[in-house]
Amino acid sequence: MTLLKDLTMVDWARAQFALTAMYHWLFVPLTLGLSWLIAFFETFYVKTGNEEWKRITKFWMMLFGINFAIAVASGIILVFEFGTNWSNFAWMAGDIFGPLLAAAGIFAFFLMASFFGVMLFGWDRVSKKEHLFATWMVALGSNLSALWILVANAWMQHPIGVAFNPDKARFEMQNFWEVLLSPVAISKFTHATSSSFLVASLFVLAVSSWFLLKGRHTDIAKKSILVAAIFGLLSSVFVSITGNQSAYLNAKHQPMKLAASEGLYDGEKGAGLVAAGILNPEKRPNDDSSPFLHEIKIPGLLSLLANREPGSFVPGINDLVYGNREHTIMGIDKKIKKGEIAVELLSQYKTAKKEKNETRAKISLANFKKYEEYLGFGYLQNPEEAVPPIGLTFYSFHIMVTLGALFPVIFLLYLYYTYKDSITEKKWLLRFGLFSLFLGYVAGQAGWIVAEVGRQPWAIQNILPVSVARSNLSTGTVQTTFFLFLFLFTVLLIAEIRIMLKQIQIGPETPRED
Amino acid sequence: MFDSFSLVQLQQLWWIIVSTIGALFVFLTFVQGGQSLLSSVARNDLEKSLVINSLGRKWLLTFTTLILFGITLFAAFPLFYATSFGGAYWVWISILFTFVLQAVSFEFRKKPGSLLGARTYERFLFFNGTIGILLIGIVLATFFSGSSFQLDDYNLVLWQHPMRGLEAGMIFFNVALGLFLVFLSRTLGALYLLNNIDFRLDLVKDMEKRLRKAAVSNLTASIPFLLYFMVGLLTREGFAVIPETGNVFMESGKYLQNLKAMPDVLAMLAAGLLLVVFGALSARRASSTSGIWFSGFGSFLVTLALFLTAGLNNSAFYPSHFDLNSSLSIYNGSSSRYTLAAMSYIGLAIPIVLAYIVYCWRKMDKEKLSTGEVSDFTAKEIY
Repeated sequence: MTLLKDLTMVDWARAQFALTAMYHWLFVPLTLGLSWLIAFFETFYVKTGNEEWKRITKFWMMLFGINFAIAVASGIILVFEFGTNWSNFAWMAGDIFGPLLAAAGIFAFFLMASFFGVMLFGWDRVSKKEHLFATWMVALGSNLSALWILVANAWMQHPIGVAFNPDKARFEMQNFWEVLLSPVAISKFTHATSSSFLVASLFVLAVSSWFLLKGRHTDIAKKSILVAAIFGLLSSVFVSITGNQSAYLNAKHQPMKLAASEGLYDGEKGAGLVAAGILNPEKRPNDDSSPFLHEIKIPGLLSLLANREPGSFVPGINDLVYGNREHTIMGIDKKIKKGEIAVELLSQYKTAKKEKNETRAKISLANFKKYEEYLGFGYLQNPEEAVPPIGLTFYSFHIMVTLGALFPVIFLLYLYYTYKDSITEKKWLLRFGLFSLFLGYVAGQAGWIVAEVGRQPWAIQNILPVSVARSNLSTGTVQTTFFLFLFLFTVLLIAEIRIMLKQIQIGPETPRED
Repeated sequence: MFDSFSLVQLQQLWWIIVSTIGALFVFLTFVQGGQSLLSSVARNDLEKSLVINSLGRKWLLTFTTLILFGITLFAAFPLFYATSFGGAYWVWISILFTFVLQAVSFEFRKKPGSLLGARTYERFLFFNGTIGILLIGIVLATFFSGSSFQLDDYNLVLWQHPMRGLEAGMIFFNVALGLFLVFLSRTLGALYLLNNIDFRLDLVKDMEKRLRKAAVSNLTASIPFLLYFMVGLLTREGFAVIPETGNVFMESGKYLQNLKAMPDVLAMLAAGLLLVVFGALSARRASSTSGIWFSGFGSFLVTLALFLTAGLNNSAFYPSHFDLNSSLSIYNGSSSRYTLAAMSYIGLAIPIVLAYIVYCWRKMDKEKLSTGEVSDFTAKEIY
């Protein structure tokens, strides 16, 4: 057990996972969103026969291809990291997690891989309609792969449809459909994909804005802006709706994450939503200091968001850690005690089985069942360990929400001035459009920080802490691979950005004179 | 349908499915083989472009098959995934590293601003095509020679060697399989390029000759390693498991016994080897371009036979010579019956997947890759 509680290696493994996931998420949103935009562009080409739409399609497709390669490269590390750095997770959750990844492979990865070649190289080898079909299949495949992976992630946030098997010391799936159609899975998929569509739309706006600022490829840029602004606007509205649903589900299944996102220490009825605030860095759970140095709150909004009722009670960090009798919330301290009993009973059961003492095994198992739901808590060292890093979660949440509110305005402005045919004159908007791509990436990264950092210390919410989920590796080993991947992905990212910029500078193919 | 299957039937079914995917991957390593041949068969930019663009249209398929192989192992045999990846850490990280480099190299190689330059990306491709495949072969050989690990009561792996999997490279039996796969992939790579590129122009006739020579010479180079591995395999003690108790013991001539007990697998192995040789030798005929299909199918059969020999007939497919009873078999390493059955329903989609892979392949390869196509430097999709 000393081994399991060695957090130094765990910290490096978490850092490595965060590093690879964040790099991966730089490329995935563009793949998910740009694939649809390319499909739209090509559909216009096939419908109208206008060669300019073909040039538009080929230009964005070429940028898609560059991005896709590095998305694939960073993805393979993530998939196998579950085995290399989190092997106990791989064993304990493999019965559920593995099939979801396998479904992604069977249903989605090959769809992408097969039609990607046709889409990129098949212009002169297949008919127009077959090529269009291939492009739509790449979009479908990319987004289907996101579906299965996000369902797997959602299961880690809200593990349902499973039971613990004490003989194998792992969780086993009981209901595939419950896992697949969990409300958290649906929310996760819709929120993550729609936010990706938004980022891809910002990418198209940014590149097109640059063309307009330089006075190059203006027709192509304007057409691209029109499609991307409509797609981006619809996506940004959808992001707000699904984000709202996500907060509601957090309140139900991950109340600690919501409390940390809002810096809410003491639960309140009619809790207000912090519109902006600076946290008190000295604040600790259960002390008397104020959580904020400065704050602006919108009264009742957090309760409305969390429970759909403005006057309802939203538990704070202190309520969740130390319990709240009035609202029948059991504190983490009590859960840890019950968890420790569960750990001990499981150990007794395993020993009895090994010694072939069936009577003792039966008694231990019956007792274990009473405490089973607290098993994961038995590996926490103190109640405060159940509190995620509040500063990172709080600021990431607020950056994401603030930017999420800004994006629809950007898309609306682009649409309005495109409709008025004066977009080329609005240099300030075009410059801001360029900058907004950076904001899109920041919002996406911030969203994942809220989702993953806000879940700590759990690898699987309430049942498997990260300290138990890890592999049996030395700190030095994981440190080495952390820096190896940091170096590798940084070099590849620089190369990718340089190639992208160069290709944008070169611009779309010039029309051929027949 | 699958609900009526017993756990053992499902475990066997999934071992066969995983083995099939692994065997498909070995066939598709013609991409890696082609990559490692690049500098020896392509002497100028045009020839290089032909080779890279021909392989570049298939690399993602090989890459995806490798990922699918990994994740179906995760899904069906999670204890293998946890034990091998978490234990033999460095060998897997090294393999992954070579594949990350491969993933960007086709796309980045010729693009302006690529930071590292075309030669570096070509070296990455060579590295993936040789070291990547060698290490995969070494890992596969440990399915027969065993590794040094122990599992605790909670199935947490305790690896017993500080080199974390790389120590397998110090056993020549393992290296022999790795080298065989490297040369086999080069044979397949040469045969694939012969099939995929249009050699009608005089401009590329020399490269055709070099490829024909490479197919035969790499096959010849692979034979001593194959023989060493096969003799070692058929004469060595193997890791046998008693399914009822899970106890593992050493049985002399275990893998020879497996082949005798499963004559279909033996026939598969023999037919596979003959097809590999026939396909490669057919490259000697100036008009022959179909060698890839014979050798490709042959390598598929050989690999499938090896996987089935490792995992079926009560064998431990990921054995531990440090602690025999920590060895993994399809019985103790699998997912639950419910999950295997659920995955079997998902697996019903595999024929559809194969159908559209074949559709895309045929569409793209209907016409051979011509020098004209890769000389059109205005086309941005060219690698």
